[in-house]
Amino acid sequence: MARRWTNTLTPADVTPEAAFWNRRQIIAGIAGMGLASLSGAGQAQAAEGELEPNSWEDVTTYCNFYEFGTGKGDPAAYAGRMTTSPWSVKIDGLVDKPGDYDFQQILGEMTIEERIYRFRCVEAWSMVVPWNGFELADLLNMAGVQEGAKYAAFETLYRPEEMPGTAYRVLDWPYREGLRLDEAMHPLTLMATGIFGKPLPNQNGAPLRLVVPWKYGFKSIKSIVRITLTEKEPPTSWNMANAREYGFYSNVNPNVDHPRWSQATERRIGGGLFARRQPTLMFNGYEEDVASLYDGMDLTKQF
Amino acid sequence: MERVNQTLRWVPVWSLYLLGLLPLPWLFYLGLTGALGPEPVKALEHEYGELALKLLVLVLAVTPLRRFLGLNLMKFRRALGVICFTYVLAHLLVWLVLDVQIPSQILADIVKRPYITVGMVAFVLMVPLAVTSNNGSVRRLGPRWRKLHRLTYPIAVLGALHYLLLVKGFQLEPLTYLAVILLLLILRLPIIQDQTAVRARE
Repeated sequence: MARRWTNTLTPADVTPEAAFWNRRQIIAGIAGMGLASLSGAGQAQAAEGELEPNSWEDVTTYCNFYEFGTGKGDPAAYAGRMTTSPWSVKIDGLVDKPGDYDFQQILGEMTIEERIYRFRCVEAWSMVVPWNGFELADLLNMAGVQEGAKYAAFETLYRPEEMPGTAYRVLDWPYREGLRLDEAMHPLTLMATGIFGKPLPNQNGAPLRLVVPWKYGFKSIKSIVRITLTEKEPPTSWNMANAREYGFYSNVNPNVDHPRWSQATERRIGGGLFARRQPTLMFNGYEEDVASLYDGMDLTKQF
Repeated sequence: MERVNQTLRWVPVWSLYLLGLLPLPWLFYLGLTGALGPEPVKALEHEYGELALKLLVLVLAVTPLRRFLGLNLMKFRRALGVICFTYVLAHLLVWLVLDVQIPSQILADIVKRPYITVGMVAFVLMVPLAVTSNNGSVRRLGPRWRKLHRLTYPIAVLGALHYLLLVKGFQLEPLTYLAVILLLLILRLPIIQDQTAVRARE
């Protein structure tokens, strides 16, 4: 079921050229892909939203995708060699219909919509990204969520011959992430297949990736090949690498600092050399939507 | 090697200053014009910091290069050190003015974040070295000058540590700097110097 959640972030009244062209791409792209629903893209003028998406260049050249190297430009430089077609996603664990799902087949079953989300990296920088995708809940429902499932575990493609960064054990490959089932089923939780109305570039996690806008970016795992529903909390890559610094939840929280840097403010990408830092919002600005998921939890301990 | 040393004698030290300091405004210009990517502040901070580390490695390499290979870069060492300090200062200024911006947070960061504490200690230790990098100070301080400038050793280790503590995950580059710096320091240990002296006599 699509459109349980609607955008409040919309491009500002006066749209700079870059964003204008991006919108053209959204329309052209969606038409070109033969996908339904323009959702927010058509009705661009909005009242309150003071945030507008970053440029295509920002989003596609400033990436963390350590399988291709730890430099921000490495993914854009090296991810081109990743084969993304054919692509299938193994869905297993506590589901009714486990199996290998072909990416094209998944696309055929899902309704693609646009979601303009804030994206906040744990490194204290942020962007606004116009994603295209479908709700993860729709995919999980397609596979049939079983009674005992409490968590969703995700795995990124691990193909060393196409991923030069995996020659170094920066992390314990393959990259793994996880969500509690209620987080996974939340209408904000997106499986993105595109940005700006175009298919996802490889460096952004082609052909499909998770987007959990109220959590730090590393939770939004890229180039997913496996989703497993489990009863127990699954191991996740950054938590395995350093549990003191990266909690399982990793909700954006300006009041809980990273041990090595403050999370109170962030640097919005694209502002140039003299841009001011901006205050970081609780749950990255999605507090109203998601705070209730964590009722009764001490977010300084379960961070 | 003698030929190389002969040629180097003709290279004026000011040309090293010119060449070494050129990247400073050039990188700033690249940051201004967007050529350093969508996040120029971090990029500039990183470029200045890494150049400083590279220069530290060069400074530390001067003595072993002379001892083990007979390459004499002695007359460039002060320039390398002063240029290095300039990049550390630029690195610090980018962090203070363009990156963190908020004075209260700067102080909190210095106290609370180990990698910043380590970086600040290294910077503070560098100040007396930069101030005494002139002939007058060498004369005035005499043997104490040499002692003082041995601070370069802990500074280099702290610099590499600063880098290592700041990255996410297990990354090769900061480890490489730390390894090279430690190696250059080990080459100064009396044990190694004695052995090469023995070998030279044989």
